Amino acid sequence: MIEIQNISKSFEDKQIIHNISGIFEKGKTNLIIGASGTGKSVLLKSIVGLIQPDTGTVFYDGRNFTDADKEMKAEIRREIGMLFQGGALFDSKSVEQNVMFPLNILTKMSPTEKIDRVNFCLKRVGLENVNNKMPSEISGGMKKRVGIARAIVNNPNYLFCDEPNSGLDPQTSILIDELIKEITDDFEITTIVVTHDMNSVMGIGEKILFLFQGQKLWEGSKEEIMYSGVEELDNFVFTNKVMQSLKKK
Amino acid sequence: MKGFGRYMIFLGSLVVRRESLGTYYKLVLEECILVGVKSLFLFALVSTFIGAVTTVQTAYNLVSPLVPNYIISNVVREMTILELAPTIMALIFAGKVGSSMSGNLGTMRITEQIDALEVMGINATSYLVLPKIIASILMYPMLVIFSGACALGGGYLVGTLTGIISPTDYIYGLRYAFNEYTVTFALTKALVFGFLISSISCFKGYYTKGGAFEVGVASTEAVTTSVMAVLIADYLLAQLLL
Repeated sequence: MIEIQNISKSFEDKQIIHNISGIFEKGKTNLIIGASGTGKSVLLKSIVGLIQPDTGTVFYDGRNFTDADKEMKAEIRREIGMLFQGGALFDSKSVEQNVMFPLNILTKMSPTEKIDRVNFCLKRVGLENVNNKMPSEISGGMKKRVGIARAIVNNPNYLFCDEPNSGLDPQTSILIDELIKEITDDFEITTIVVTHDMNSVMGIGEKILFLFQGQKLWEGSKEEIMYSGVEELDNFVFTNKVMQSLKKK
Repeated sequence: MKGFGRYMIFLGSLVVRRESLGTYYKLVLEECILVGVKSLFLFALVSTFIGAVTTVQTAYNLVSPLVPNYIISNVVREMTILELAPTIMALIFAGKVGSSMSGNLGTMRITEQIDALEVMGINATSYLVLPKIIASILMYPMLVIFSGACALGGGYLVGTLTGIISPTDYIYGLRYAFNEYTVTFALTKALVFGFLISSISCFKGYYTKGGAFEVGVASTEAVTTSVMAVLIADYLLAQLLL
């Protein structure tokens, strides 16, 4: 479980996120949603420590991450897997080397164990026989899958996904969403996904946190989102024509 | 001053929370190949021509029956060891290796590869930058020695083939009144320049913000700032050590 308390962050006098609190539950796919520029990625990066929040605290299963010393932060980070928007695969390394990278640095596994683990993770994300390909030789969807494989290779307790569907076709997006959901269920991890894709929201949103202009306006489940009564959320959700037709029904 | 302060903090972050020595050993070797071996051709080409041109121009300026011919190679030797090999090649090094380091790190920054390392709990500064700096400090003095040899060789070839100076005079001039301290001085400069170019270039690349355009800007800034730092350091070292 991850708990955030009163997280605020501003850049050069511009307040990006303001006083956000919430709980992201273990074994659930937690979503942070909102329009572009509302501070979703800033909130996510504040949670994983890539950005130091101005105020507020982040707790990983009760461990204070914000005020932890560097060693403690490094220890917690080793329990984190993250899928970045563009995949963030290392250009100079093959698919296999990318997925194996955390094992090389963070574990003392034997070469055979590492290969087995890499192959298991690649198979888990539906990729086989791509071990020797370079990131430039695979498609956007495959890069995301490799990113997920790398994120889960070290058995993380927490999985973060920043816009996992950006730049993907609808069919691949659904596959990636399903994969994230399956991994969350299978490994009983705490997953936080930042998205503005309503298909993801309706597909995998077990717990949803809605941001508007840097503030948390609503939280609930995908079943409750249709009837939130929050105007800003309705405007966000029902811009999609399919969603509008659902509301009319 | 703010930039200098950030640079110092950046340097400090290289040595905290490092990975295992085995990890660095492999990375440093890879960087040595990139920084050193892959620069050999360019260094050989530039140095040989600079040595040849220096010989021709020195001979042109020393047309006097009172000045013996071996003074030509003597002047070429002093210029090569003191300035051409360590300093002029540092400008080439900044252009080739510095811009490459900056571009590489800048691209890693904007494509979130550095963030990915940080999230894994790895000190990205230390993991990515320290091997580059160590490799530069190790390889640049070697490149300077290689460059000096190429320049003196280029001078020999052109001087003897065009009849400016006889082979015996050239060799005699190289040996005449040789002060070993000039080599120590050149290698000291090489160590300092190797460190300055790599650390400044990595600093510029590491803190790139934005997109592809900013990566290009960072590379340009890396070369410009490195060159300025090299020239200032060159003057200071000359004042202090000569």
